[in-house]
Amino acid sequence: MEILGNKDTRSGFGEGLAELGDENENVVALCADLTGSLKMNAFQNAHPNRFFQVGIAEANMMSLAAGMTIGGKIPFTGTFANFSTGRVYDQIRQSIAYSKKNVKICASHAGLTLGEDGATHQILEDIGMMRMLPNMTVVVPADFNQTKQATKAIAKHDGPVYLRFGRPVMPIFIKPDTPFVIGKAQTIYEGTDVTIIACGHMVWKSIEAVEELKKKGISVDLINMHTIKPLDRSAILDSVRKTGCIVTAEEHMANGGLGEAVAQVLSRNYPCPQEFVAVNDSFGESGKPMDLMDKYGIGTSNIVSAVERVLERKS
Amino acid sequence: MTNQELINISMQIRRDIVRMVAAVKSGHPGGSLGCADFLTFLYFDWMNHNSEQFSMDARNEDVFFLSNGHISPVWYSALARSGYFPVSELSTFRKISSRLQGHPSTDKNLPGIRMASGSLGQGLSVALGTAETKKLNNDTSVVYSLHGDGELQEGQIWEAAMYGAARGIDNIVATIDYNGRQIDGDVEDVLSLGNLKEKWQAFGWVVYEMDGHNFDEIRKTFTTIGDSLGKGKPIVVLMKTEMGKGVDFMMGSHKWHGVAPNEEQLEIALNQLEETLGDY
Repeated sequence: MEILGNKDTRSGFGEGLAELGDENENVVALCADLTGSLKMNAFQNAHPNRFFQVGIAEANMMSLAAGMTIGGKIPFTGTFANFSTGRVYDQIRQSIAYSKKNVKICASHAGLTLGEDGATHQILEDIGMMRMLPNMTVVVPADFNQTKQATKAIAKHDGPVYLRFGRPVMPIFIKPDTPFVIGKAQTIYEGTDVTIIACGHMVWKSIEAVEELKKKGISVDLINMHTIKPLDRSAILDSVRKTGCIVTAEEHMANGGLGEAVAQVLSRNYPCPQEFVAVNDSFGESGKPMDLMDKYGIGTSNIVSAVERVLERKS
Repeated sequence: MTNQELINISMQIRRDIVRMVAAVKSGHPGGSLGCADFLTFLYFDWMNHNSEQFSMDARNEDVFFLSNGHISPVWYSALARSGYFPVSELSTFRKISSRLQGHPSTDKNLPGIRMASGSLGQGLSVALGTAETKKLNNDTSVVYSLHGDGELQEGQIWEAAMYGAARGIDNIVATIDYNGRQIDGDVEDVLSLGNLKEKWQAFGWVVYEMDGHNFDEIRKTFTTIGDSLGKGKPIVVLMKTEMGKGVDFMMGSHKWHGVAPNEEQLEIALNQLEETLGDY
């Protein structure tokens, strides 16, 4: 896999938002005192009249955004994933999801890779909360380029969207001109022995795992499931019909995440062995991002061993 | 519209309210009755709105948000009686598959409703958001909102209050239904709001006070408010009302906040409320 550069996914969001600001005058942005962290400065500087600094008041921000849609604006809210979901679940539920408002909830610093700030800020439940909400679309892009593309794509989608990205600098491996289609999974590698379905930073971790598995003679079908809801069922089923077993990988709690969503599709349509690479019912802690991934069981080696386990169960 | 015409409408709305909640033995008559005069004024006399062709976007139209969504009966009646949907549909209130949900929602596309409410404290933020969009769109119409006094115990209200003043949002008029009662008892006993006027003033809002059952006073207050719009400050009205107004046994207590009258009580109530426009 060719590495095209190294950047954080939040910067992809910032670039995408800035371009949207130039292209669509209905796009407005709100931020709860984390403009620099969310990389929203370019939008703010170019379009100060369409940028709304709300201060440290996320509940107000979510309902404001819902109200702004009345009259045709497309609000993008920006704060950490924890404060984009858990802190404001009821505001999202009533004023955005139930009311079907065209708000884009853009959430950075998701998961363990937020790092040193620790468990108070490392939300691992957000995908679960958002995918449970009717009317909500949930997008978790894999790298800088894809986050930029996804940011622009969700502006064209009419309805509530949760866009999840992160803090650490990670390899860029998706070409900038690769089209992003909400709900259409992306095949990274084609293989025949085992399926790996991953989202977010875990796509890169899975690519690293595939390199190791290749050396062991294991052929992997790797799918980047950048949209958790609506889930690309046919991509899952086409792959497991070929491989007969699956590993899901996510920077999220096993409860409620991508793996459970995939398991629901499999149990209804094509039951087969599945292993979950995810955090097991635990809060995180302070530390370096990659060290935390290893400690909490979502590192590259965990994907490799999950593949070995699932292959054993298949045979 | 003359005061007598407004009184006739609000009388019929009160009849609608007690009939609606009695029919399904659930709903919130107390606050609904207390706000019947105010909603009559807004929808039949004051707001510039289009009930024939409902538009979610409300461009160049005044907008009303009900933040204390549990008083949906009064809103549904005011909407139906002003032409948003057939009056006969009031009979479906709270029944299965109805567009008239227990608390207002956009889910079933009921004309006149632009945001779900019921979980309290969110409506002021929503109203400010729409006010911001009107400014961006160079739309000079006004956003009106209504909130319960008990609802002001929700923290988000004060986040929104801070925001509205800091941003100088001057195309909004928020009204507080200051009836002094909530489910568990008097607001003063449940959790005192302290000096509410000074609180709003300290948050940077222009505060008006009025009797919510006196059409002359309501009109005079809103006419004065018309001159305060566009002056860089958000506006709030502390509206004194009586919970249960119009039905003697429902007044003077918090007990009819969320309780429906039985058949006998309904008959007593309807004897006190003249049928002016024809029942649904």
